[in-house]
Amino acid sequence: MSRRAGTAALLAALLLAAVFPLAVSRPAWQNTAILMLMAAQLGVAWNILGGYAGQVSLGHAAFFGTGAYVSSLLSMRLGLSPWLGMLAGALVASAFAVVIGWPCFRLKGHYFAMATIAVVEIVQAVVNGWERLGGAVGLYLPLAESGFAGFVFNRSKLPYYYIALALLVLTLAVNWLVARSRTGYYLRAIKDEPDAARSLGVSLTRYKLQAIALSAALAAMGGTLYAQKELFIDPGSTLSTSLSIKMSLVAILGGVGTLFGPVIGAAVLTAIEEGSRVLFGGTGRGTDLVVYGLLIVLFAVYQPAGIMGWITGRWPGARAARREEEP
Amino acid sequence: MLRARSLRVCYGKVPAVHDVSLSVEAGQIVAVVGANGAGKSTVLRALAGLNRLDAGAVELDGRRIDGLRADQRVPLGISLVPEGRHLFPRLTVQRNLELGAFTRRDRAEVAASLEKVVEIFPFLEDRRQQLAGTLSGGEQQMVAIARGLMSRPRLLLLDEPSWGIAPMLVARIFETIAAINRSGVAILLVEQNVKRALSVAHRATVIQTGRVVAEGAADELLRSDLVRQAYLGL
Repeated sequence: MSRRAGTAALLAALLLAAVFPLAVSRPAWQNTAILMLMAAQLGVAWNILGGYAGQVSLGHAAFFGTGAYVSSLLSMRLGLSPWLGMLAGALVASAFAVVIGWPCFRLKGHYFAMATIAVVEIVQAVVNGWERLGGAVGLYLPLAESGFAGFVFNRSKLPYYYIALALLVLTLAVNWLVARSRTGYYLRAIKDEPDAARSLGVSLTRYKLQAIALSAALAAMGGTLYAQKELFIDPGSTLSTSLSIKMSLVAILGGVGTLFGPVIGAAVLTAIEEGSRVLFGGTGRGTDLVVYGLLIVLFAVYQPAGIMGWITGRWPGARAARREEEP
Repeated sequence: MLRARSLRVCYGKVPAVHDVSLSVEAGQIVAVVGANGAGKSTVLRALAGLNRLDAGAVELDGRRIDGLRADQRVPLGISLVPEGRHLFPRLTVQRNLELGAFTRRDRAEVAASLEKVVEIFPFLEDRRQQLAGTLSGGEQQMVAIARGLMSRPRLLLLDEPSWGIAPMLVARIFETIAAINRSGVAILLVEQNVKRALSVAHRATVIQTGRVVAEGAADELLRSDLVRQAYLGL
């Protein structure tokens, strides 16, 4: 695929995404599409740290939850607009990411991943017991008047769809810029050959911290969107290990370290999740988790490069769309 | 210039290097030779800051540097070319070389250094935009050395530069090492190819199972019974 064809495909996909909810008016379908966009945005955010820097975090729900809680609390207690709350949440999550990244980056590979699980579990336990943050009961956001200023929309899901789409486009743009920047190629150097990078004077911790701060800020923005869409947050839904795993799975399934891999991964995963919900209903609780597990095993064994790797392997021309190689 | 005293390095509880002391004077090539597993690379990695010392001290121009991280030692003029090259395979040759100059902020002079390493390794000219992972073993070794020179080191640490390279190219690599040294860069060379290493070096240290067993002028060691019997099979 030439650069021009790639741009054309991208614009076509964006146009399709923009008109989709106008053509498909069933709320259930629209809701599924919103879930896909949100999952994709989180996967792309995760990918900055997990894909480009090669640091597999299974604790990203901690940043997502930070975004959800900071914006919700600021709006409930101080009446701050959730839009400003979204920025505040991103800043707090970035700072939090640097604080936990500092010690955790001393660990390598699996040990780093395990430490991040501990982080999200600790945060969940703390919030569960913290009454002023709603404790285990959670927070019900006040039903504000429907409108863009208040970030609440009661009559239709469409505004949430377009906000989710805009957030995804923003996150993709940040990811693209990072991949092309100097930091982007330092991160690739660190991922492939950490010792060689160190012995050339590259401070691993500094660039990993930049990656986690950016990744956490974007995940937190996703958290605010979630809170405004559901108008209810609790530790179980926003600060869980299973949400963390889902964020990483979206990227791993689609293709780690590729720009559009997580978007494809999110589409597949959300379809499976919603499909199993429709098929099995309440009795099938956890079916999606079984399917996740199966997918992880199958992809680890047969297709470690994810769906994106399969596409570029079959049609080498599609490489232009891949940001893993030199931009 | 570089002085290492009584280095001890353990992997877990197992000591790989017991008590190794060595020094490199400005302008010298010093070789560290020994059999596979003798602890040569461990010594070099410890000097670069990639392995932690369990005991001992490293001084550069009289200043202790063993407390510094690997990336903090580079600006002081130490550059390691690791065993097995370790280029960044998904980056171009050009980017690999630029990463070698990571610690330098003088853009114009970095460009001059780039021209200089291309002069030393003329084949680089045509390969700048090629992904480093697609080069042959010998070419990768030369890029690794070129990358090591990009930080403008005063001391270059070379770990097994002949590793996995066609015999024909080995001679060329060693000629280049001598040429780099003549341009004023001190070199600490770890090598299994004892004969080659001792032929190019001024001084040498022989290591067996983590200890120094001989030290002296390279040409004398090359004639010594220890080296002739243990490493050259004569």
